[in-house]
Parts: sequence; C-alpha cells; structure tokens
Amino acid sequence: MNREIVVTGVGAVTPLGVGARTLYERWRAGESGIQDGQGAATEFDPTEHLTVKQVRRADRFSQFAMVASDEALAEAGWKDEVPYDVERVATLIGTGIGGIGTLEVNHKKLLESGPKAVSPLSIPLLMGNSASAAVSMRHGLRGQSFATLSACAAGAHAIGTAARMIQTGDADAVVTGGSEAALTPLATAAFGALDALSDKGISRPFDAERDGFVMGEGAAVLVLEDGERARARGAKILARLAGYGASSDAYHLTAPEKEGGGAIAAMEHALEDAGYGPHDVVYVNAHGTSTPLNDRAETIAIKHVLGNDVPVSSLKSSIGHLLGAAGAVEAVATILAMRDRVAPPTLNYEHPDEGLDLDYVPNEARTLDINGKKAVALSNAFGFGGHNAVLCLEVA
Amino acid sequence: MATTVTPEAVEKVVYDALPQFGADPSEISRDATFEELDVDSLDLAELSQIIEDEFSVQLKGDDVGKIKTVGDAIDLVVSRAG
Repeated sequence: MNREIVVTGVGAVTPLGVGARTLYERWRAGESGIQDGQGAATEFDPTEHLTVKQVRRADRFSQFAMVASDEALAEAGWKDEVPYDVERVATLIGTGIGGIGTLEVNHKKLLESGPKAVSPLSIPLLMGNSASAAVSMRHGLRGQSFATLSACAAGAHAIGTAARMIQTGDADAVVTGGSEAALTPLATAAFGALDALSDKGISRPFDAERDGFVMGEGAAVLVLEDGERARARGAKILARLAGYGASSDAYHLTAPEKEGGGAIAAMEHALEDAGYGPHDVVYVNAHGTSTPLNDRAETIAIKHVLGNDVPVSSLKSSIGHLLGAAGAVEAVATILAMRDRVAPPTLNYEHPDEGLDLDYVPNEARTLDINGKKAVALSNAFGFGGHNAVLCLEVA
Repeated sequence: MATTVTPEAVEKVVYDALPQFGADPSEISRDATFEELDVDSLDLAELSQIIEDEFSVQLKGDDVGKIKTVGDAIDLVVSRAG
C-alpha cells in the first residue's frame, strides 16, 4: 500500500454487548456471549439508540450498523462535524445475507394473508445495501456507498476495498465494516440443513471435538482515513491498515480448499502488500469457525505462511460466527488487542486434534512479549463461495 | 368485514397509525401537515395499506401525492367510500 491507511475510530455491537471495548475486554477475560447455542446480541435495544422512525426504517442488521457507526465516528472525533468534504467520504458496509429477518416476516404475511399484507418497507429494509444506505444517511456521507456481499468474508472485503478507495484517491475517508442479523428461523434451519452448525451448540475452534459453528449476530464499523490527512488534523491513530490481500479458492461452493491454497494466497498478498515478512507477524486472528473443514485447512494455511510459532486465536469461540460481520468485528477486536499487546484466548479448547498443532492460545489471554516491536497481526476471513480476505493490521 | 367508513372512524384509524411512524401524538390534528409530522411517502404507503385493510378503500399513488394534511387524508378516504 502506498498511501497510508489509518484507523481512527471503531464501534461494535456483538453478543458480548454494545461497544468495541466491551467486546474486546470481555473476550480477553474469557467471557462468552453464547447462550443456548446462539450468539445473540441480547444487550442491544434499538430504542435506546434510535428514534421510532429509524427503528421502523431499518432491518436489525442496519440498526446494528448505525449504532456501531455512531461509536466509531464519535471516537474518530467526527461526532459534531465530519472533518472532510462529505462528497469524499465513502460508506461501505458488508453483509453475508442482508435483511433476511424482514424477508421472512413478509414472506409469511404473503403466504398467510396475500400480497396486500406485504409491507411497502420490505425491499428497502431487506436489500443488502440497506446498512450502507442507513449509515450514509445517518451521517450525511455523500461519497460512494454500497455493500460488499461475500458471505463470511464480506466485512473484511469491505474494509480492504475501503482502503483501496482511499489509496486510489476516490475517497479521503471511508466508514466501513460489516453487519449481520441472521438468527432467524430460515437462516438457522438452512445452515442446519447444511450440517454446518454445532449440534452441541458449542463453539470450540481447532478442538478435536469441534462439530460446527454457532451462529451469532452483530456489527462492527471502522473509520478509515488517509494517514497524512488524519495526522494533519491531529486525529488519534488507533492502528494502521498496513496491508490487504484477497483471493478465491475456485474450488467448492461451501468447502474450503483442503490444502488451504486460497487462504495461503490471501495471507501472502496481505503480507506482501504491507511489506512485511512472516517473522513480523506477532498474532493471527483466525477465521476459526469451529467447523471440521475450516479449522484444518486454515491451520495448514497459517503454518505454510507463518510457521508454527505465531499465536493464533478465534473470537468465534466467544461470540460465535457473525457471518458477514465477522471480518469487521474481528478486525476491531484485533486492533484493540494489539494496542494492549495481548493475544486474546480461544475458548473451549480442550482436546488437541491430530495435525492441528499451532499455538491456539487456549482459554486464557496472553501478553505478547514483543520487545518494543510493532504489533503486526493478520485477521483472516473466509466465506462460502471460496472468498478469502485477509487484513494486515499494525499498531506502533 | 371492512369497518363502515365515517369521518370519525377514519380519523381514529389515522390518528392511531401515525404515532407508529414516529409522529408526536400531541402534534396530530386535522390541520397538521404530513411534512410537519415527519411523515413521508413511505409512511403514506403504509398508511394506505392500513386504510385499505380497515375500510377496503384503495388509495393510489396519485391520490396520496396530492394530500398535504391529516384532514386531507381523512376526507379523501371518506370521499372514496362514498
């Protein structure tokens, strides 16, 4: 990356509560946001943050994004006034599925009461770009806005694409991230039918007894700025987005390539883009879904790119899989962890699996002893369809 | 069975519906404009649906585009039923 990209604000709504620090601190402490086999954002009450009209005009996934964006913009110092020409501030919020809750409710109305019962708000709420639209309107951001739609890589794709917008000069800053609210009957049944979910309702990435992922919901939003402009306005820099790499497996609709080829390419591209080598990386925030296939292929990929020694952990052990929000939520948690020089834990890790022999930071957070080095981390996100997106985040 | 259309019945349905869209109940009156109540075209599409469901009176986009006040909406429904 030639134009420096910095992160000046972060926000999150997750199963661990409302707030980015809440997410990171609870995860670091080993707390779980999973109850009854689901990572629901139970502490989120939209009416605490949004007006009656705003709540009605937004599917839950857009509500999450709006509230997370408020936090991120406030931290960036944008609350009272956006410090850029708003025509040059873009909005890019990824999602895996979009407003599926709205779709399901209205489909039920259609079947039970006929077409006249379907809400005129159905399409504007369920469309996958509605979170981006809501955030753009909420803050008056008039640069380009759209959504990335790449299943569980969507949040990371959004952040990486946002960085490119700044680097190419299309934007000076981007409000970006990912959001998902798919704890709905159809989405849950459909992932269940794929045999992707944990029967036991336990998220235990990399453990020998892992049996699928646990669904979660939430959002994270980051404010990315051109480093030079951010420094010129005296912004507090939380982290640098040092590199971004993306690839496709071109292999299977749901299964990752067994030898981790696509993931390897994305991780290598991210490192190359950042100008770093394998030994510079002090922590990997794994995609770590707790599915038998992902965790094995990802282990192979990490080993291939970085060797066996780097600490690797999965936030999904604490909050479940936030699908299109995952890459953004994990990037936010990674930034805060690197600021503290901490590798947060992989929870529920008890039984080593054959061949899965990385340092998974089991069950307890660990201080990273990096002797004054920069804290350089990779955050992995891989999605159904064979989409891979990797962010290289750096805290000085 | 649709409810019989009377000005009072329509007024009640409209007055009950508007706060759901975020309108301040204390500001709702026949003379209040939808603009003042922050009720926009999407809200009016929903209001039309509620009215049709309650009174079997269909309001088309052209009609809805002409009404400015709460009273206009009530009068329009009553006139269509006649």
